[in-house]
Amino acid sequence: MLNENRGIPDQVTLLESQRPARAVVQRVLREAGIGIALLLLIAVFSATAPHFTDESNITNILTQITINLIMATGMTFVILIGGIDLSVGSVMALSAMVAGLVLKAETLPVPVAIAAAALTSVAVGMICGFVNGFVASFWNVPSFIVTLGMLNIARGGALEVTNARTLFEFPNAFNDFGTATLLRIPAIFLVALGLVLLGWAVLTRTVFGRLIYAIGNNEEAVRLSGHDTFIYKVAAFVISGLTVGIGAIVYMARLTIASPILGTGFELNAIAAVIIGGTSLNGGRGSLIGTFLGACLIGVLADGLILIGVGDFVRQMITGGVIILAVVLDSYRARIAERTR
Amino acid sequence: MEEPVGPEAGHPQMEPILELRGVVKRFPGVTALDAVDLEIAPGEIHALVGQNGAGKSALIKVLSGAYTAEGGVMRFLGSPYHPRTPLDALVAGIRVVYQEFNQLPYLSVAENLLFERLPRRFGFLLDRETLERRATELLNRVGLNIAPGARVEHLGIAQRQLLEIARALSTTGRLLVLDEPTATLTPREVARLFEIIRGVRASGMTVIFVSHHLQEIFELCDRVTVLRNGRRIETVGVAETSAPELVRLMVGRRLEAAAHAIEVAASEAGSAAPPAPEPALGVKGLRVRGSSHGVSFELNYGEIAGLAGLVGAGRTETLRAIFGADRRDGGEIYLAGRRVRFNHPIDAVRHGVCLLTENRKDEGLVLPMPVRVNLTLTNLARVARAGILRVRTERATARHWVEQLDVRFRSLEQTARELSGGNQQKLIIAKWLFRNASVLMLDEPTRGIDVGAKAEIYTLLRRLAADGKALLVVSSELPELMVLCDRILVLSRGRLVGELRRNEFDEERILSLAYSEYMAGKKDPDRRIS
Repeated sequence: MLNENRGIPDQVTLLESQRPARAVVQRVLREAGIGIALLLLIAVFSATAPHFTDESNITNILTQITINLIMATGMTFVILIGGIDLSVGSVMALSAMVAGLVLKAETLPVPVAIAAAALTSVAVGMICGFVNGFVASFWNVPSFIVTLGMLNIARGGALEVTNARTLFEFPNAFNDFGTATLLRIPAIFLVALGLVLLGWAVLTRTVFGRLIYAIGNNEEAVRLSGHDTFIYKVAAFVISGLTVGIGAIVYMARLTIASPILGTGFELNAIAAVIIGGTSLNGGRGSLIGTFLGACLIGVLADGLILIGVGDFVRQMITGGVIILAVVLDSYRARIAERTR
Repeated sequence: MEEPVGPEAGHPQMEPILELRGVVKRFPGVTALDAVDLEIAPGEIHALVGQNGAGKSALIKVLSGAYTAEGGVMRFLGSPYHPRTPLDALVAGIRVVYQEFNQLPYLSVAENLLFERLPRRFGFLLDRETLERRATELLNRVGLNIAPGARVEHLGIAQRQLLEIARALSTTGRLLVLDEPTATLTPREVARLFEIIRGVRASGMTVIFVSHHLQEIFELCDRVTVLRNGRRIETVGVAETSAPELVRLMVGRRLEAAAHAIEVAASEAGSAAPPAPEPALGVKGLRVRGSSHGVSFELNYGEIAGLAGLVGAGRTETLRAIFGADRRDGGEIYLAGRRVRFNHPIDAVRHGVCLLTENRKDEGLVLPMPVRVNLTLTNLARVARAGILRVRTERATARHWVEQLDVRFRSLEQTARELSGGNQQKLIIAKWLFRNASVLMLDEPTRGIDVGAKAEIYTLLRRLAADGKALLVVSSELPELMVLCDRILVLSRGRLVGELRRNEFDEERILSLAYSEYMAGKKDPDRRIS
């Protein structure tokens, strides 16, 4: 369409008065929609599922969703720039195995070992994220493929590190963290919540976050506005790796072991939370609040279904249905947006 | 010569094969075809010429069913013809070869040729033998000597052009429409193409031929129709006209386009004597990708220079190469006399040089994001402290700049998509002024903007020049450049062929320059060879 457009004007601009109602509908669909769905679900299970509102069950839900929430936080950054990170589950295993070895290093005093293990875990995650982001952005390869490769590399690496052995007998101080509570809330959940809030602040309040959104919406316009889009795209993957590293340490503390097969399939849970939370797979639209609600919804759904006696298999089918429903809603929103152009 | 001539002019001997009466096609703000009459005689090769935006492409698209005409009558082969889809045109017997190829690069030549009716065996298996045989026949018809099994992605541009023609000829049609088929061909290939076209005519088809190369029209065509501003100006036999005459017809005596806007802008522009020139941007031997000509010019602060030329002359490419948006093959850039290196838009922006691309919606703005976000995107550091956005500062800043340029908006939070074209353009200018840009390069700054908003943009640009900014404007509308600019540089096929000062402005002369490299006998080593 080189010169075919010449002389042909813009699309008709809609009367402005038509806009607000639609915008409200979109907003409700995107952010409030997921919140309402979550509240409904909680109401239904409170009425029908025995012991759903017991404190022990609520603690259980919070513990269950913690890891997914951490991973989904980083995943949100990647999906916002229009990418995807399939490697998070495997990288988490690799981070855990390397960190586990550090943790068990008997030459180090316990507090030093714990700190070193945490740093190692985060570093491994960030390095993998950097490789993902660099390869995907520098050679313009779909991140789907790059991170699929990394999924295999990291899983192989995790198995290779200990020759498939599981690591356990970590220091008690470390294992205690996995079950610690603060004001009766699981400490690990507070870590996740802190990450979500930090991520939310970064996305909404910083120059960096602004550019993440802008790149997801229109990378070329951002580039021509005088920004180096490359580093921001790489950074999104590094942040995903960072949350994976944190997730790995938290998960080890909770399980008190580090297994090379842990985290299998976690990437899909994280993506599901982000998508259910209303973030568009095309990038540029969405929020960490949505991701938070999405992760909660998955957790509440799983827990409630168990309590009302739905078997594991059916539960998995229902969760799958919810994911599809969320994506259909996303496409419906996109179509509304298209029509209002 | 000015008035549109009646149907009797250069009248066809026979009943026309295609006849248009008062065909109208409008787009919001622009009338692409304004009551166009046209008669194509059976068996002739009929040329369509006109400046960019004269309506050639729109006319072809109305013929091919890609656009639906809003008024007027068309008759083809003696019966009413009102195609609603390209399929209608195909069924009626009209074959159109567009400038952009509509090919499947990963499939074979044969499959591309016969895609709509792949020969089958048992109703579902692909009959490869028949496919290859039929494809070979078609390829021979256009003298294209390539294996039917070759993948289209491996073909050169000329081969792909011929393939497209072969495809158009793969079914029996009565009228063949060729939209600038020679734009990418070498002289030798052009000669062969002409042979093929003459062969097509000999086989009983009628041909409509669009080209910028006036020489080709005299070589190939029987009659020529000149379009200007969506109107048919004249239809003459090529024997009764000449290249300068055609150029004159394409231009017209009066500057018809946006006459009102021009008057308004001119009255506001005033006629202050320019101060001593102070060099802003200097370009020496700049070669855009794939060009062997170096382009050199100077731009001063306080002036608006225009870059005129036909589509494909290299205007956009030149701006993008200066800005660092695309790679360049060579050349030096100077800013205020000092050598600078713009390898990425970041470098240019840092030096206060900005580019407003012709593609506002895809490259100028982040449409789904708010006005506020779009404005501050060029200079986020100014509304942030230690990387943290200061929301109130940002809002105040955005409001200030947007109001400075009189962008009409409802709320800073409304998306850029909701603004009208003119306001979008003002928003883009505002975002660059916020970045302290001192050299503004604008590519088609008023395209798709209605006449009233155009006048505002003109006034704004003149004001910026008066404030000491340097502006370089690319436009396909000569009247626009002539009212706006202090100086006009003319590019023709990648070569800087002329420079005119304001008192030398003359539409005919500019257009002659723009066409100069396409005229007779000009050989161009640049033309891509397959």
